[in-house]
Amino acid sequence: MTTTAKPPPTERPTATPRAKARPGDRIFSRSAQVAGILILIILAGVAAFLVREALPTFSADPSEIDGGEGFFSYVWPLVFGTLAAAVIALIVATPLALGIALFISHYAPRRLAQGLGYIVDLLAAIPSVVFGLWGIQWLAPQVQPAWSWLADNLGFIPLFTGPASATGRTMMTAGLVLAVMILPIITAISREVFLQTPTLHEEAALALGATRWEMIRVAVIPFGRPGIISGIMLGLGRALGETMAVAMVLSTGGFTWSMVTSGNNTIAAEIALDFPESSGLKTNTLIAAGLVLFAITLAVNMFARWIVSRRSEFSGAN
Amino acid sequence: MSKRIDVGDLNVYYGSFLAVEGVSMAIEARSVTAFIGPSGCGKSTFIRTLNRMHEVIPGARVEGKVMLDGEDLYGANVDPVTVRRQVGMVFQRPNPFPTMSIRDNVLAGMKLNSNRLRKSEADDIVERSLKGANLWNEVKDRLDKPGSGLSGGQQQRLCIARAIAVQPEVLLMDEPCSALDPISTLAIEDLIGELKQNYTIVIVTHNMQQAARVSDRTAFFNIAGTGKPGKLIEMDDTTKIFTNPSVKATEDYVSGRFG
Repeated sequence: MTTTAKPPPTERPTATPRAKARPGDRIFSRSAQVAGILILIILAGVAAFLVREALPTFSADPSEIDGGEGFFSYVWPLVFGTLAAAVIALIVATPLALGIALFISHYAPRRLAQGLGYIVDLLAAIPSVVFGLWGIQWLAPQVQPAWSWLADNLGFIPLFTGPASATGRTMMTAGLVLAVMILPIITAISREVFLQTPTLHEEAALALGATRWEMIRVAVIPFGRPGIISGIMLGLGRALGETMAVAMVLSTGGFTWSMVTSGNNTIAAEIALDFPESSGLKTNTLIAAGLVLFAITLAVNMFARWIVSRRSEFSGAN
Repeated sequence: MSKRIDVGDLNVYYGSFLAVEGVSMAIEARSVTAFIGPSGCGKSTFIRTLNRMHEVIPGARVEGKVMLDGEDLYGANVDPVTVRRQVGMVFQRPNPFPTMSIRDNVLAGMKLNSNRLRKSEADDIVERSLKGANLWNEVKDRLDKPGSGLSGGQQQRLCIARAIAVQPEVLLMDEPCSALDPISTLAIEDLIGELKQNYTIVIVTHNMQQAARVSDRTAFFNIAGTGKPGKLIEMDDTTKIFTNPSVKATEDYVSGRFG
């Protein structure tokens, strides 16, 4: 087996017959390759820029950094604020988005479903400045009483320590605005995967005597799980990076555990608010904060990939 | 277990389109009844009305009666969900739940019916159902592996195990072997022979040798032309249908002269 099949060494090119390279194939494969590499170059370029510009912050004397106690104590309240706003947004938006997606894909009459789908997609077309205006002018006064109630009745929980902000421009309100902003993306992706559930699996569940909800639980949601997670992660990505709405709605300030008073800030909003008037080391500090945000988003995405791949054996792809 | 079905003058509509017209038949308990006929003649549509699975398609409805041991499946207070728990179904293409293990697939129906199952009870059901589907020896060491990793024939037997786990009265099979190779087909046919001791079985098939091999009674459906409703032409003992049918169209079909 090892000796007989050995081809003469001189005839190597003919040993593997290759398909004739056609110009169309070559152009397509090259342009796909270029596009793929371009993504990596851009990503690397952004990362390199962030690292280079952020470096002075790390070597500077801690007393020169904003706050006077070094970069870490400057950035961690911002990281906390960023994560807190995003988590509030996800907690509110995820169940709502999955409910809307299921209603559109499996409950609503076909014509209503289509109209509703368009309306949800329209939400994504609203500029974030407009969401910001809406948050300040309309939402904040509306929800302020609810935050006062939380502060009065659940004030013993650190997250709801009073006194509640009288304007309603708090982390909770910012989280709600973010929730509305990420709602369309989670809804759209979940709806698409729910619609793709194979009829075969739905019928398998129904034929076993499943009610509509049981059919959804047994066939639709497990099938759509990777898609749901991707949708949530895309929403989370937007919530983490959203600048304008938070900068407008939130009455920023120093760190506080309470989500119902003014205070806290997110990385993105901090950069947007402070960058125009910054110079020297302050600029480097803000860019370093941007680097931290970049790292957080990267980690979130890798975590999501890992969740999706963890049970790929059971995904139905095989 | 196992009940008889009596169908009385059944019409099936998709919206305003009459798909199957005027079917009356008696399906005996603990026997295998085969439906044969050319494509589009309404066999699959009709078999789905026996457990109300046709209602999944928007606009589908029936007129007439389907009695399961004297109980009307289309009575005013009858929930299709309860009907389907009594009348199980196996589909053309094997459809185990891809996100579930072999064990969970078998238990899927049980988990819908009764929310709490003790582990020992569940183990018994899994073993009994898989043995009933002649699959136990092949999968007993990998019950926690995904059902979608099995071969097509094994997947189809897993689907049968899933259907019999809830101990239905009737088992409907809509072309269960059409996506399988001959060896897997033989395994399913053997299984049908064993299952009929406990269940009423109705099978739709395009394979006339299969109908002749597995069934006790055979019903021949035909269609007069495109857009016309399908009709039950003749129903009789399988040996009679394949040797000496009373209608000319049946003889033409089973002898391969058309269809």
